[in-house]
Formats: sequence, structure tokens, C-alpha cells
Amino acid sequence: MKKEQTKDQDLLQSSERRGMPRRDFFKILGTGIIVFIRPWGALDLIGSPSEQARGVPKDYNAFLRIADDGTVTCYTGKIEMGQGIITSLPQMMADELNVPLAKIRIVMGDTDLCPWDQGTWGSQSTRVFGQLMRTATAEARGALLELGSVQLGVPASQLEVKDGIISDTRDPKKTVSYAQLAKGQRIEKFLDVKPSMEDYTKFIEIGKSYNRTDSTLKVTGEAKYSGDMKLPGMVFARILRPPSHSAKLTSVDYTAAEKIAGTKVVKDGDFIAVINEDRDKADEAIVKIKAEYSFKEIPVNDKTIFEYMLKADSNASSIKETGSIEEGQKLCDKTFDSEFHDPYLAHVAIETHTALAQLEGEKMTVWAATQSPFGLREGIMRELGLTADKVRVITPFVGGGFGGKGEYQQGVEAAKLAKMTGKPVMLMWTREEEFFLDTFHPAGVIKIKSGIDKSGLIKFWDYKVYYSGTRGSEATYDIPNIHITHYGQKNGAPPVHQFGTGAWRAPNNNTNTFAREVQIDIMAAAAGIDPLEFRRKNLKDVHILDCLKAVADKFGYVAGKAPSGRGIGIACGADAGAWVAHMVEVKVDKSTGKVRIVRITCAQDMGLCINPEGATIQMEGCITMGMGYTLAEEVMFEGGKILSNSLDKYTIPRFSWLPKIDTVILDRKNQPPQGGGEPAIIAMGAVVANAIFDATGARLYQLPMTPERVLEALKKV
Amino acid sequence: MEETIKFQLNGKATEALIDPTQTLLWVLRNHFGLTGTKFGCGMGFCGACTVLIDNEPVRSCQLSVGDAAGKNVVTVEGLAVNGKLNPVQKAFVEHDALQCGFCTPGMIMNATGLLMKNPAPSVQQIKEGMENNLCRCGAHMRIIEAVQTASKEMKGGK
Repeated sequence: MKKEQTKDQDLLQSSERRGMPRRDFFKILGTGIIVFIRPWGALDLIGSPSEQARGVPKDYNAFLRIADDGTVTCYTGKIEMGQGIITSLPQMMADELNVPLAKIRIVMGDTDLCPWDQGTWGSQSTRVFGQLMRTATAEARGALLELGSVQLGVPASQLEVKDGIISDTRDPKKTVSYAQLAKGQRIEKFLDVKPSMEDYTKFIEIGKSYNRTDSTLKVTGEAKYSGDMKLPGMVFARILRPPSHSAKLTSVDYTAAEKIAGTKVVKDGDFIAVINEDRDKADEAIVKIKAEYSFKEIPVNDKTIFEYMLKADSNASSIKETGSIEEGQKLCDKTFDSEFHDPYLAHVAIETHTALAQLEGEKMTVWAATQSPFGLREGIMRELGLTADKVRVITPFVGGGFGGKGEYQQGVEAAKLAKMTGKPVMLMWTREEEFFLDTFHPAGVIKIKSGIDKSGLIKFWDYKVYYSGTRGSEATYDIPNIHITHYGQKNGAPPVHQFGTGAWRAPNNNTNTFAREVQIDIMAAAAGIDPLEFRRKNLKDVHILDCLKAVADKFGYVAGKAPSGRGIGIACGADAGAWVAHMVEVKVDKSTGKVRIVRITCAQDMGLCINPEGATIQMEGCITMGMGYTLAEEVMFEGGKILSNSLDKYTIPRFSWLPKIDTVILDRKNQPPQGGGEPAIIAMGAVVANAIFDATGARLYQLPMTPERVLEALKKV
Repeated sequence: MEETIKFQLNGKATEALIDPTQTLLWVLRNHFGLTGTKFGCGMGFCGACTVLIDNEPVRSCQLSVGDAAGKNVVTVEGLAVNGKLNPVQKAFVEHDALQCGFCTPGMIMNATGLLMKNPAPSVQQIKEGMENNLCRCGAHMRIIEAVQTASKEMKGGK
């Protein structure tokens, strides 16, 4: 750990990219000991080269404050959307600072107060930010010990801390608390922090199960989400949306809309909105606008998209090439050629994209449901030509994100409307807007050719993924001859995806794991080997092997060749630095094609687990959410028109679907913590597909496995 | 046209001078500041806006405030008494039966209504009764457990 105390506090004032002037910090933060960090280390870790090139702010920002009642407040650019870091991050902090968890507060996603952050996604809060935070906290503790040393007249090396009280190890009566050190003070510490590895075994709070710390607020209705904010003079806005992504506005008549009492129509080119103090009236007015459009014909829909992708002029890039596919084929007794299809998926957070924007003087403040407060700040700066110090994004509780709130269009729109109207503007997308403007999980095709020798060893793996991304596309198994190719959008070629696509919980990995694990199962069945044994035979990765053992033990797996008629499936994979294995039991109604998941067990190795209770909830959430893409979720579209535009046309999991869920967290106290909120969703499609095969002998190559598709596959048995 | 609408709101006689055609959801949120009742879809499909009207769970996005006249409306803010959580709220906390928390008020209102009608539901009856309330985080299993726990506590008369 390198520590570098910087005297140059003027840096805080000098960077034009930073947010709030320093004097304003103190207005908000008050007295106490305030530690500022410059998260260079974090940027090295999480800033992609393109982001670093863009010049992410490298200035100092508040990181933690110790108030004169001993309360420690942590400032983080991360946000809470249900994943539970509101509990686990303070747990990590409590251990480093030697204070009780109850003394820790957390301020999240406020761009004026919190250190710059890339966004809350990619399972990085614990494995990346958590590491940085613990290091910074340890530095802060060092600074506190120095202050204590001066106060007590004892060398810092002779001091220890327990429950926020510093004492002299030689004379335990000599004590001073963090609270006393902070009392009436305004002490600023500036630290440059690089994360360092730690001895994870020494912790007290880390590894203990804690219930969510925000649940009382959430069960009483007190928890404030962006849409719950209210400002004097606030109006509700509705924006005119085109009926299709290929539509262009040709004419508009809004005289009827203006006749709705209290309604004002605002317009900037094609950007047309109504505002009203009452949401109902805004809803009424927006549908009164008569708009006409011209449409560009896009000859693709949810059924033809896969063929469209395969025929498209793509940009092929080789992801991995080892050995020779040709040589591998020569060693094979049996070869297999499969094509897998995965549709577009919507995020469907129950909270739609919402933002409240207010322009006061020159300062724009936006409360937004976003996974990317700093991204939104940049978006507003670009749209309105403002500097960073003139835009503040505050992120209250976020009602679910799953990747969909990495995009922040609604925040930019609200800010634009606040500027156009001069009023505080509340913009809460309708469910239909949510489906229309969502950045869907991308549809994709995966083609796999593979082969096994007489003993059931995989000898080659030729893997092609079209348009759905590469995360999770690694071969995973120990195969001598591998070629992995990604076919993506070619510059200058017509866009293959007809609407926005983006990260959807464990992005790309659900598609890749589905294809890989079904292909593995196909080979196991053809080899006449139990599918668990086949995997063990072809795997070297000890983490996955351990997960397979743990899941089989918990599930009570009895070996058998598929199809055994039992309806038992297996799948495994890796994501976000963690490993998972699933086993499931299904019942298939052969007359209707309906699949019911009876029970499911999942074992996960996520390194050191900070809060086992929180991690268990995330695993259960992944499994439950994963049933959706496995059995029902699919965005229907025709050209640029989204047909699945309401919750009765897009099915997400419900109570009646619920199987018995068991989870196992592997004990890994000596390993760094990894992402725990995504891995357990990746194998859901494959584990169920493999179980359907085990039950019926029917093989499914396309998600979701709807009753129609199951019936279709049953015909081929 | 505005009218005076009178109803019981969270146990108190309440009146508001308001356009009776306005949606109860938006009146609760904007007129009364009761933002625990959430907008999730505005079409009655998700249940995030569920309130109790005369002890029946109702989608407040599908009802005009005029239709609530003379009735007894309870929102999630009206469940706790002097800061003491109702058994369903308490059980949700104990079981960690929530993640993002956005569907939670609707879940709690629906479960409270369910238990008023059937104080000892089977797991199957809980699933059926909660079926049309949507949760995206996947807290379903814990919600069922929480409703079971609340049912036990309510039967015990605690």
C-alpha cells in the first residue's frame, strides 16, 4: 500500500471537470474529519482505455466523513437498486475502521458529493469498488491514528482501535474516540489511494449475515425513489414518441392538446412534450396530439431476425484460437453441429425510467433512477452545454435496474424540459415508453461445431457467436483445439439491431452459457456418459469442479444417462470472476408442452462472501428472474415497431412459477471477493433445456422454451 | 370540474376539492403526498399501486378518486400504528422479502388484504392470491415465507 499525502489542496478548486466548489462541500458536509480521495487506482482498474482517454475526472472528492457524534458517512458513486451494497459496503468499511456497523451511514450516487464512478454494473461494486474503499478506509484509519497520537501524546504504533475508540496499548485508560477527535474540527485529509490485497481472514463484520438495512424504509413507503420527490411548482411531462423506431415525424397538430386545462406544449424540433401540474391531464393531453410519420421499411421481425443476422455483412473477429480445428476433427469419433437462437429481452424493472429536474439560476439538479449518475451528468452537460459544476445528479433509491438503467435518456430529457419550461419537471416513463426505449438484451445466434473421441474427450470446439456479445463465450472446458469467433456490426453496414441494445443482467453470458452447456449435454448423451461425469471428465477448472460437487451433494444427484425420464438437468459456467453450477428437476406436460420447474439447486463460488444473507438473496433473485428468459420472455417486433409493449404482452416470472430453491455458497475466506449478483442467472436456460431433454428426449435450441417450442421439439423425438 | 370528495384515508376522515375523474393513484401521490403507492404500469397489470379499499386490495391506477368517495382507503403509510409495523411489514423485514423495494408496498397491501379475508392461507392460496403482483428482483420465495409468518402472528393475536 502506497500512501502519498498531497499538500496541494488547490487541486480541488482547479479541475474544470469537477462538480461542486469546495466551500459548498462544507455547507453540506458540516464539521468533522473529512477524507478526500483521488481514485486513480480505481480508474486504472475500472476505467476502460476509451474512458480514460476521454479524461475521466481525476480530482479529489469526498470519500468519508467522521462527524462529532462518531458517525461515519461513506460517499460512493455507486447506487442501490436492490442488489444490497447499501448493506455490504458499510460492512467492509466497519472492519477497516474498527467501528460498529450501526455507526456507518452511506451516501450514494450524488455527483456533487461522491467520488467519480463509472456506473453500477458488471458486478464491480464489491470486487472493484469494495477493494478501493477498504484501502481508502484503511488509509483514513491511519490518519485518525495520527490525530489520536498527537492528542494522547503516544506514538501511533502504540495505539489500537476498538468500536471507534483509540486507546494506548500500554495504558488502556488513555483513550480518545473518533467522535472526540472530530468534535468542532474541520480537518481535511487528502489521500491518493491504490487498492491493495488484504488478509481476508482478519475481519469481524465481513462474512457475517446481515438483513438489508433499508427494508424498514421500504416496507413503510418512506423510502424515496426519484418519482417520489416533489418540488414547488413541479409539473409532469409526457413526451411525444414515434410509433416505431423507423418513424420520422412529418406533421404535427397539437391544438387539441393545448385545450386540456393547465396544459402547455413545448417543442424543440421533433422533441415535443406536454406539461401539466396533474399527471392525469398530461396523459390526457399527449394522446390529443395529432402526429403523422413516414416509415422506413425494415424487413425483419422477431422470427426472421436470426436468419437476418446470419446473412448480414458482419465484422468477424477471432476471440480465441488454439490448436487446429482441422486436426481436432481428425481425432473425433463423433462430431456435432448445432445452432442456437436467443431473442431480445426487456429489463422490466418495476420502476420505469424516472427523473425530476430543476434549474435554479444556472445550476441543474436532477434526481434520477439511474445506474450511472456520472454518466447522466455528462449526458446533461453535452445536451445543454453545461460544465460539470453546473450539473448535479442525485440518485435516490432505484427501483430495479438489471442493466437497463445504465442508460439515462430520461434524465437528459427531464433536464432539457426543465430548461425549456423554467419549471421543475417530473418525467416518469409509461410502461409503453419503457418497452419502446429500453436497451434490450441483444438477440443472437450461436453456431457450435464440436467433437469427441471414443473415450468421450472433447477434441475440438468451433464456436461462432453472432451479434449477442462475447461475455461468457470462453470454452470453459479443457479442449485442445478451440476457435471462438464473434460476428458483430460492421461499420457502414445497415444496423442489424433495429433498436437500442445493452447490458441485461450478466450481459451476453446467458446466451453463451445456454449454447455451450446444451452442446456439452448433447455430446454427453451421444457418448452415453452421465452428464455430470462427462463434464468432470472434460473440465480442469477446479472452481467449476468444486461448484459441480457442491451442487450435486446438495441436490442429492444420482448418476444416470440422459434421457433418463427423470427430468434432471445440469449446467455450469463462470461470470464476473465467480463460478456457478446448477441442477434442476422439471416436469414436462407432453400434451401441452408446458414446463414446470420443480426444484433447483445452485452452488456459487464468489470468493470471499461479504454478506452471505445478501448473496443468497441475489442468487435466489437470479434463479427466479432467470426462469423468465428460460421459459417465456421474448420481445416481439415488426421492423422498428415493438409489439411487446405492455405487461400482458411480455411475461415475467410470477408466484405460481416458483420452484423449491436451494443455494450453496462455497466457503472461500482466503480469496478476494467477486461479483455475486449475476452469476446464478447465466446457466438457467441451459439447465432447464438439459432437464427437458432428460425428461423427454426433446432437444431445444431456442430460448425461451415456450409450450409451442417444446411441442415442436417433442415431435422430433 | 372540481368537487369535494370525502373518504377515510389511513383511518382519518379526509376531504379534498378535486376533479373526481382523476386517478386515485395520482391523487394519493400528488395531492396527499402518499408516495408509498407506486406507479408501475398504469394498466392494472403489475400491482405496485395496490391499496386497500374497504379492506379489499384494489389497483389505485384503475380507479378514479370519485369512486373512492365514502370509502375507507388504506395505503402502505397507514399500516404501521405509532411506528409499530403491521405483521406483514414486520415479516417482510424479518425475511428480507424485498430487494429494490419498488413492488413492496403493493405486495404488502395485497398480502394484508389476502390475510384479512383468509387468515390462514395455504402456500398454494398465497401463490394464487399474490399471482398478479409482479416483482422483477425475484423476491417471490421470501415473500411467500413472509406472508406465512405474518399469518401465524395474526392468528396468534399478537
